[in-house]
Amino acid sequence: MARETRRRPNAKSSSKREWTSETYAPAVERVPERQAKHETLSWEEIAPLYTTEDLPGFDYAERLGYPGEFPFTRGVQPSLYRGRLWTMRQFAGFGAPEDSNARFHYLLSQGVTGLSVAFDMPCLMGRDPDDPLSRGEVGREGVSMASLADMEVLFDRIPLDEVTTSMTINGPAAIVWALYLANAEKRGIALDRLGGTIQNDALKEYIAQREWIVPERAAMKLVVDTFEFGSRQVPKWNTISVSGYHIREAGASATQELAFTLLDGLEYVKWGVARGLDVNEFVPRISFFFDVHNDFFEEVAKFRAARRIWAREIERRYHPTNERALMLRTHAQTAGVSLTAQQPYNNVVRVTLQALAAVLGGTQSLHTNSLDETYALPTKEAVTLALRTQQIIAHESGVTDTVDPLGGSYYVEHLTDVMERAFDAYRAKVESFGGMVEAVERGFPQREITESSFRFQREVDAGERVVVGINKFAIDEEAPIPLLRIDPEVEKRQIARVQKVRADRDPARWTAAMNALRDAAKRDQNLMPHFLEGARCYATVGEMTGVLKEVYGVYRDPGYF
Amino acid sequence: MSAAAPAPTMTRPIRVVVAKAGLDGHDRGAKVVARALRDAGMEVIYTGVHQTPEQVVETALQEDADAVGLSLLSGAHNYILPRIAELMRQKKMDDVLLFGGGIIPEDDIPGLAKVGVERVFLPGASLEEIVAYVRAAVAKRRGTT
Repeated sequence: MARETRRRPNAKSSSKREWTSETYAPAVERVPERQAKHETLSWEEIAPLYTTEDLPGFDYAERLGYPGEFPFTRGVQPSLYRGRLWTMRQFAGFGAPEDSNARFHYLLSQGVTGLSVAFDMPCLMGRDPDDPLSRGEVGREGVSMASLADMEVLFDRIPLDEVTTSMTINGPAAIVWALYLANAEKRGIALDRLGGTIQNDALKEYIAQREWIVPERAAMKLVVDTFEFGSRQVPKWNTISVSGYHIREAGASATQELAFTLLDGLEYVKWGVARGLDVNEFVPRISFFFDVHNDFFEEVAKFRAARRIWAREIERRYHPTNERALMLRTHAQTAGVSLTAQQPYNNVVRVTLQALAAVLGGTQSLHTNSLDETYALPTKEAVTLALRTQQIIAHESGVTDTVDPLGGSYYVEHLTDVMERAFDAYRAKVESFGGMVEAVERGFPQREITESSFRFQREVDAGERVVVGINKFAIDEEAPIPLLRIDPEVEKRQIARVQKVRADRDPARWTAAMNALRDAAKRDQNLMPHFLEGARCYATVGEMTGVLKEVYGVYRDPGYF
Repeated sequence: MSAAAPAPTMTRPIRVVVAKAGLDGHDRGAKVVARALRDAGMEVIYTGVHQTPEQVVETALQEDADAVGLSLLSGAHNYILPRIAELMRQKKMDDVLLFGGGIIPEDDIPGLAKVGVERVFLPGASLEEIVAYVRAAVAKRRGTT
């Protein structure tokens, strides 16, 4: 029997509007759409179809350009992964420095190409293991680190001039960096041969991550000190990794993550320029760090938009002669917040998709989360699987064979434009405060993020956002997975070690170093040389941080919610 | 109840202190829960991050709280929660509900229950579940005091 539902079997729509009314609407009438609305994770509306009509006036050279060329939408390297794969950098650190050193050697033996250190909460907060507030936290969320003595053990038998090291440290970043530099010095390795990154992103601490030590403006001064010192003495070091990761994990949407991160980056450049630094020298050492969440295409678009916006904003504001100042290089990490404790093996699949999005977005470096990370720091087996995920994408999937394979997709280019417009809107708002420091002091990004996290949680609770294994496809009984346990003896051992360090060091040299640090802080001089001298004579992270708090005061959480 | 306070009635809103103790900075969960409790008509005091156990208990006492909720994602729960429970006992806050949530291994929950942490919410708990629990648990305590 002939069916008459198709009115004109060979009809060809001449526009998207015509297709929508003539072809799509009748189809949807027969088979309704599954959801009342289609939105990205950032609540941007998604049309059923994208065509050339969604990119009016699209100018290839202006919007995309060629890889390695302005505005770098398609990538900062001309050959991208055909030349060199991204750095597979697994964030690791737990227990005493000995424990983490063993994990580093294991990771290097398994093919990681860069190290990334996770420090414990006491270190992140600039406190020694024997500080009363460190009780119960030593070595738990990362490796314990109090002095050069710990740094020596952590990097034992690791070639500091061959491996690049990223260190996730912010409030006391300059101090911990000084410990790393002092360790290299002691081993006879020149500072200009060291490569790596300190996160050192003070602004996002107040916005999201909450590991601050001193108030905002003093923290900015410390960051600029590292820019100045680094560009002269440690030229291969990335002195900052401007981080959207924590902003996103705290609940921001992808558009908020993108906007606040780039606006933070621009604020650092502004402060560096105000110090009298040359944009051609310090801006190329600014690197970035983005989250990669579940919404595949939105994430790809975010990376592409980030490069384009950065290149344009730096060009527009500073006209650097060094083109590298325009290139946004970034690390990426899959979204810890998207993982579920329930049915934890599902996390492997989430991580794979997120990692693929980062690669298609053109990241320079990647950390893949382990399936057990909603419970604890990863076991060796879990971290190996996470690394294998990257290796399979790199070597088996074929996505690395051409540059920016999604470039030119109507949808991806549309989303990239949407991201850029969202940035422009936030830029205008933040500029109305005077800049990012002022916006943070007024709690603006903090409140925006809290709103988004609440909105998202409400949608999950209402079942409008499906989380597999939580609000759909849940199961009652689950077998436990193996977890990494931290030996409670670590805390006692680390307390004993820091106390021995204090007892054994040269007290006269230590006193002189601490006094010089205090004087330099009061006189607003660059503190890096003083942290380095403190590190050499085994001053502790807690002691040097203590001097900063004494001079600059402490920051207290205003508790916005 | 202090003598100066107006006579408690069943309509007095539930007062909850939502707290972050120790060095842990993961405050997304605490803030979302604080918002949900406030939207449910409760009076919520959020402490902000990096409080000591002593500060949390002092806040609960000063605010005449019906309940104290701790969010812990740092692994320090086995020190911080028992310490808060101990301080609450010392201050004779037997009528105040203590509950928690965050990244806490299931194996640790019985030990926490033993020292007085009435309930621990794990990842995946819904806001509705938490609101309903606080409402019921506080009502029960008010009914029995």
